[in-house]
Amino acid sequence: MENEKVCPIIAKHIKVALVGQPNVGKSMLINSVANSHLHVGNFSGVTVDKTEILFDYKEYHFTVVDLPGTYAFTNYTIEERVTHEYLCAEDYDIIVNVVDSTNLEKNLQLTSELLTMSKKVVIALNMSDEAQKEGIEIDAEYMSELIGVPCVKVSAATKMGIEELIESVIKKYESSKNISKLVFSEAVEEEIQKIVSCLEKHKYKAQNDYRNIAINLLKNNKKTYTRIHDDPIWTELQPVLLEASKHIELHHDSDDIKEAFAEEFAAFNRGIVAEVVKKKEIQEQKSLTQKIDSILIHRVFGIPIFLFFMWTLFQLTFKFGELPMSYIDAFFGWFGEIVGATIQNDEIRSLIVDGIISGVGAVVLFVPNIIMLFIGIALLESTGYMSRVAFLLDGFFHKFGLHGQSFIPLVTGFGCSIPAYMSARILKNDRDRLLTLFIIGFMSCGARLPVYVLFAGAFFSPEMAGNVLFAIYLSGALLGLVFAKVLKLTAFKGVDEPFVMEMPKYRLPSFKLIWHTVLTKTMMYLKKAGTFIAGAAILVWFLSNYPKNYELEQNYAIQIEQTTDATQKSQLQNKLEFELLENSYLGKIGKFSEPLFTPLGLDWKMSVALQTGLAAKEVIVSTLGVLYSLGNTSEDDSLIGAIREQIPFASAVAFIVVIMIYLPCMAASVVFTREAGHIKYFFYLLAFTSVVAYVMAFIAYHIALLF
Amino acid sequence: MKTIYDCQKNEKVEVVKLHAPSDLKQRFISFGILKGATVEVLEFAPSKATIEIRVAKMTIALRSVEAKMIEVK
Repeated sequence: MENEKVCPIIAKHIKVALVGQPNVGKSMLINSVANSHLHVGNFSGVTVDKTEILFDYKEYHFTVVDLPGTYAFTNYTIEERVTHEYLCAEDYDIIVNVVDSTNLEKNLQLTSELLTMSKKVVIALNMSDEAQKEGIEIDAEYMSELIGVPCVKVSAATKMGIEELIESVIKKYESSKNISKLVFSEAVEEEIQKIVSCLEKHKYKAQNDYRNIAINLLKNNKKTYTRIHDDPIWTELQPVLLEASKHIELHHDSDDIKEAFAEEFAAFNRGIVAEVVKKKEIQEQKSLTQKIDSILIHRVFGIPIFLFFMWTLFQLTFKFGELPMSYIDAFFGWFGEIVGATIQNDEIRSLIVDGIISGVGAVVLFVPNIIMLFIGIALLESTGYMSRVAFLLDGFFHKFGLHGQSFIPLVTGFGCSIPAYMSARILKNDRDRLLTLFIIGFMSCGARLPVYVLFAGAFFSPEMAGNVLFAIYLSGALLGLVFAKVLKLTAFKGVDEPFVMEMPKYRLPSFKLIWHTVLTKTMMYLKKAGTFIAGAAILVWFLSNYPKNYELEQNYAIQIEQTTDATQKSQLQNKLEFELLENSYLGKIGKFSEPLFTPLGLDWKMSVALQTGLAAKEVIVSTLGVLYSLGNTSEDDSLIGAIREQIPFASAVAFIVVIMIYLPCMAASVVFTREAGHIKYFFYLLAFTSVVAYVMAFIAYHIALLF
Repeated sequence: MKTIYDCQKNEKVEVVKLHAPSDLKQRFISFGILKGATVEVLEFAPSKATIEIRVAKMTIALRSVEAKMIEVK
C-alpha cells in the first residue's frame, strides 16, 4: 500500500482518481483544493505526468491522483492510455469525475463509461459560475437522483463548492452502495438480463457484479473476455453472447457493437440533459471564441499572424534568454577557478574543473532559453491557440508525413535542439512525435553556427558568406523534410494517423498554472539531464586527457622555460597540446577511425573534431584550433587562414555536411532519449544520423571534387 | 453520398453514418460525432486540407480525409 508509506498515522485513507475530459478545468480544481490544504508532490511518468496531491481533511487522509484528460475509454493518445490503464488496473477508492457544466452532454459521454465500471463515483459539475453566466441552470439534486451518484456544483475559479465536494466524497466513500442508474434501451437491457441470468445460473465467481461483466462482454472488453474464456461457463455463455450482440447490432443498424453502445450512452445522456438542464433562451450570437477564430484561423491572415507570434517567441527565447547566459557562463568560469584554487592535486582539479563543472555549466547555460520557451509554449497551449496552429499548418506538413504541430519543435530546433525535443511533447500521438524527434536534428542549432561561419569565411568572400550560411540552414531544413517523408514511408510506415482534435475555447492563461508547469519542467530538465551530462562530461574529459604523457610534458616544459620570446612560448604550448591530444585516447580513436573517414576526404584531425563535437558543437571550433596548432580559438583570423591552406575545399564541404546531419550534442541526445521514451531510440537515431551523414557527405565530397 | 467535405461554410447538417475503420470510429464517437448528431461547418483551411466543425458546442478540427468519411444529410 503506497499511501500508507506516505501517511503513517492511523486514520482513514481515501484514494481519489480524478478523471475528466480535456479542458474541463481539472488542474485548476486540484490547485484550488491543494491551495487550501497544501502539500503538493509530483510524480512524473515517462512522458505524461500523473500528479498526486496529498492533503488532510477532518480525520481523513486524501491522496488525489490527477489523471490526464481523456475523451473516452480509448487508447488513442498517451494520455488516454495512462488514464484507462490506471482506472482499470490500479487500486483506488473512488472516482471524482470532473465535468464542464457549460457542455454537459459532451462530458457525460465519459461519465457514462465510468458508470459502467461498478466503482464509486462522484461527479463534480465544474465551471458552474460560467454556466450561470451563459444562462445554463443545472439541477444537481435531481441529476444525482437520476444517475444514482452524487453530483456537486463546483467552480475551481471562484472556489465555490470545494468543501461540499470533499464532503460528498467522504459520504460516498463511507456508503456501501454504489448502484448507478445507467439504463440502456429496452432492447439492450433485455440482452444484458439474459447474460446476467446465465452467469447467475452458474454462480460465476467474480469481483465485479454480473451486470458489469455482461456490459463488458457485450462491449468486447478484452480483459473480461480472457478471464471468462477459460471458465467452463464459456461453452454455454458464448451462444447467448453471440445472439445478444447480433440483436443489438440489428437494433442499431450498425456492424460495430462499440458504436451501438456509444449511441446508447448518447441517448441516455440526452435524456439526462433534457431533464436536469434548463437553459434560458438567449439569442444565439457569435461567442467570443468564434470571433477570435474568425481572425486567427482566417484563410489569408491566419498563417502570417501565426508566423508573427513565432517570430516574437523566438526573439524572446534567444535574445532575452541570451542575457543571463553570459552571466551563467561567467559564474561557472569563476566558480571553477575558485574551486580549482583549493585543490592541490592536478588531476583531481582537472577532473572537477574541466570535466564536471564545465560540463554541468553547459547544461545550466541553456536554462534561460528553456524557461523562456516553456513559458511561450505554456501560453500558446493554455490559451487554446496551439490547436489552431495545427489546423493551419497540417495541410503543408502532412505532405511530408508530419503533423501540423510538428512545426513548433522543428523551428525551435534552429535555436537549440534541447528545448526542441522537449517541445515535441505537444504532439499527442506516439508516431507523430517520434518522427518529429528524428527530424529535429536536421534543423541546424545555434551551436553549429560558429563552425559554419568559420568555414564559410575560409572559402568564400565576405559578401558570399552570408548566402552560403543561409544555404546551409535551408538545405538542412529541406533535407529534414525529405527524410521525414522517407522515414514515414519506411520506419514509420502505416496508415496515416487520423487528425481529429478539439479546438478548445480561448481562455486567459492562469499565471499560477503556467508558473507551475514551467517550474516542474525546468526542474526535471536540470535533474535528469544534469546527472547524465555530468557523467558524460567526465567521460569526454577522460578520453581527451589520458593516457598521461609526462615525458612529453616535461620536455616541453623545459623548452618553454628556456625561450624568452612570447610568441615562441605560445607556439610551443600549442605544439604540446597538439601532441598531447594526438596521443590521448581521443586522438587514438581519431587515428583509428581515420580510414573510415578517408572516403569523405577527412583526415584524422577533422574526425577528432567531429568526435569532440559529439560532446558539444561549440567544441569543434576549439578542437580545430588546437589541432591546427593555433592555440587561440574561434574568430582568430589565422585559423581561417590555416583552414583555407590545409583543408581542401571538397573535404570542407563533406565536413560541413556531416556537421549538418550527424548526432546532436550529448546533452541533446540525453534529452532525445528521454523524450522518445526508450534507449533503443537513441541507437536508432545514432544509426540513422550516421548513415545519412556519411552517405550525404560522400556524395557532397565527390560532387565538390568536380569543381 | 454527401459528406462533411462537400458542405459549404456555415452549413448545418445531420450525421447519417460513419464510414471509418473501428479505431477511428471510436475517435469520432468520443468527440460526439455519431449518428443523429448535428454538425456545423465553420471554416476551411487553405486548399481545404483541414476543416473546422462544431458538434454539441465543441469545436473540432478534421483532415479532409476524415471529413470524407462522415456521411451527412
